Amino acid sequence: MNKELTKYYSAGHSACAGCGFPAIVRAVLGELKTDVVIANATGCLEVTSTLYPYSAWKAPYIHNAFENAAATISGVERAYEALKKKGKISKNKKIKFVAFGGDGGTYDIGLQSLSGALERGHNFLYVCYDNGGYMNTGNQRSSATPYGAFTETTPTGKESFGKIETRKNLMEIVNAHRIGYLAQSNVAYLADLKKKAKKALETDGPSFLLVFSPCTNNWKFPTSQYVNVGKLATETNFWPLYEIENGEHKLSFEPKKITPVTEFLKTQGRFKHLFKEENKPHLEEIQKLVNEEFARIANLCE
Amino acid sequence: MAEHGAIIKHDQKKSPKTGAWRYMHPEVDKKKCIGCGTCVGFCPDATITIENKKAQIDYEYCKGCGVCAEVCPMKAIIMKKK
Repeated sequence: MNKELTKYYSAGHSACAGCGFPAIVRAVLGELKTDVVIANATGCLEVTSTLYPYSAWKAPYIHNAFENAAATISGVERAYEALKKKGKISKNKKIKFVAFGGDGGTYDIGLQSLSGALERGHNFLYVCYDNGGYMNTGNQRSSATPYGAFTETTPTGKESFGKIETRKNLMEIVNAHRIGYLAQSNVAYLADLKKKAKKALETDGPSFLLVFSPCTNNWKFPTSQYVNVGKLATETNFWPLYEIENGEHKLSFEPKKITPVTEFLKTQGRFKHLFKEENKPHLEEIQKLVNEEFARIANLCE
Repeated sequence: MAEHGAIIKHDQKKSPKTGAWRYMHPEVDKKKCIGCGTCVGFCPDATITIENKKAQIDYEYCKGCGVCAEVCPMKAIIMKKK
């Protein structure tokens, strides 16, 4: 077991073989320079790392409900401030507060507590690993599930081509709180993720990371493929990498040649039905959505 | 049990040995491995360390997903059935 990587989050957790998020957790926490307290919204990460009576966490960690990771970490941060005021801990002690949540616990169920915590300006980092659905309960759709994807609650067949709605734009929602630093990253680009995690952890006040996390089990690709699937998401502009620092947009990666989005879609079983003749218009629609969204971001980054 | 109330203490010794999940077995070809460390950060179970400039896999926890073999630029990790 790698000692350095398991400083905060050890091996022995029960995430699926070939899961994307353990690398995200380790890359983000690896950039810490201070002590840390972690809160975690219910999701794959929480249920696989804290299987009773075990815990994979070596740092102070709070297991809380689905909707309140951001509220919990706000309370912890305030409690530490109060203890500092009372002189119970040294005023110079630096502690960073980090909350992890999946897309279900961030885009949907935890959105109001995240918004509240961002608005109150607590000194914390919120990391959302986005695997596009409620994966630990068996792949139900979330508001992060992409257009056209198969899930248990958006089945495919004669009458349906999968999810009919487009993804919620969480970056825009978080950016509307005008926080100091937020960024979109991808687990397949670890160097980019580490750089952004460092900036986010150094930000005084709230910061936010949205990280692409491929799911082998429910996106239906072989366990060895999460890095390749993640790379294709960014190379096809399906998942652009960018950051917003004090209101300034900056593109972190621009593909040299643009790969059609079908290259990304065909790696996964959840989009398999889109390659049938009758679903061709939906494939074109996805390409159009991707082009429009990338053009919008690129425009902001100029 | 090292518990008090609802506080659970991390104990690596008691942790589930996820190596039992494995049906494909990654093997490092020490001649081909250049010790670049690309596989290290991507391993979901942090089982890889670089020792003497060669990748070393901890089979106690390796779930055999094959990500390391896939990301290796030298194709120095080979997945074998065991």
